[in-house]
Amino acid sequence: MRYNERELLSLARQPAEKAAEILMRVPKKGSVLKKRLVKLVVNFLFYFRTDEAEPIGALLLEHCRITKEEDNVFSISFVEEPERKYCFECDSEEQCQEWIEALKRASLLHGPFLSYSYEFMRRSLIFYRNEIQKMTGKDPLEQYGISEEARFQLGTRKQ
Amino acid sequence: MKLNERSLAFYATCDSPADNTGFLYKRGERHTAYHRRWFVLKGNMLFYFEERESREPLGVIVLEGCTVELCDSAEEFSFAIRFGGAKSRTYVLAAESQAAMESWVKSLSRASFDYMRLVVRALEKQLEEMRWGPAGGCSGCQGLPGSWKPKPMGLERSPERLPALPTVLPKENGCAVWNNVPGADRLPGASGCTRHDSEGNLRPPPLPPRRRASSSEAGSARVAAAESLSTFCQLHEQYGREVAQLRQDWLERRRGPRP
Repeated sequence: MRYNERELLSLARQPAEKAAEILMRVPKKGSVLKKRLVKLVVNFLFYFRTDEAEPIGALLLEHCRITKEEDNVFSISFVEEPERKYCFECDSEEQCQEWIEALKRASLLHGPFLSYSYEFMRRSLIFYRNEIQKMTGKDPLEQYGISEEARFQLGTRKQ
Repeated sequence: MKLNERSLAFYATCDSPADNTGFLYKRGERHTAYHRRWFVLKGNMLFYFEERESREPLGVIVLEGCTVELCDSAEEFSFAIRFGGAKSRTYVLAAESQAAMESWVKSLSRASFDYMRLVVRALEKQLEEMRWGPAGGCSGCQGLPGSWKPKPMGLERSPERLPALPTVLPKENGCAVWNNVPGADRLPGASGCTRHDSEGNLRPPPLPPRRRASSSEAGSARVAAAESLSTFCQLHEQYGREVAQLRQDWLERRRGPRP
């Protein structure tokens, strides 16, 4: 799949919401834990060799699952291949929990964990819009001229 | 750089709703010929397929940090997705009608994660100020039986004037550096026990905590951003637990009377 690599590399250089050196293992046969600089920027998780400026790779965090594994370890997997896990071993249980908090929002209604993602942001927006509309009778998005924008609609959206 | 391409392809083709779809002509990188492609916009990712029925996208344009402009091109209904940076490629696209062009320009210019976050933060601030007031606190939960809505406060007061949001994205991706804000943003009574008032009616869940005052505006924006998400997700989780419990109770009651 083609993609605009230059812009993605530029994104990787932006200030991160969260960044740390963590041991990481990719879901490939025979792969081992390696120390990586892991950096969360918008809905991408970039990972670098600790002495390099350009990331080795990036994970788009949409439709993914964040799972607490054993002590100090969490994993990221994607809904279409839940057994393929990217594993992360932190220095401490505290650091592990911090990363899980940063990456995931548990949803008891829907079952699988939603990651910190564009989709989660969208639901937050729809939630707040709905709340404000119920309280005031007015659509708060009108002042920005984006009421009709497909991505902000309250009901189910059609493709 | 590696990308989780399989997951990307799944995201592009799964039945989660798209923010825009349609045929667009895409100008080639080296040659000026236009190719008709099927485009799918989801979040901040613009996928394009060779055909509408193709099972995998040909490619994707990550839209974070882009600007969208109308083109002064010979091609009718054309527009461009532009990025900052010296050697960045400009994507020139053309729609099949004026209406389609306008629809794409609007949805693409609001596609960034940053933009979504700005709007969420503004609405969350508005909501909190309506419930709590800009200065005072809340008197506490009201026992409205059967109602999930907290008692609205200061309805007669119009919401604070919010900063005007940009309709075209700034060229740089101005990602905020977030603080982890421990402690203060935990909901009271988050243990999941159901709350009932004296009449045995279910009371509404606790209100989200007041946002802490911050000394600087930048600090307040960062704290607000961090707390806005934890407020929503904790509310969501709270409601979710109660719904799960209610459903459990209902199932048990259903099973009860049967011999």
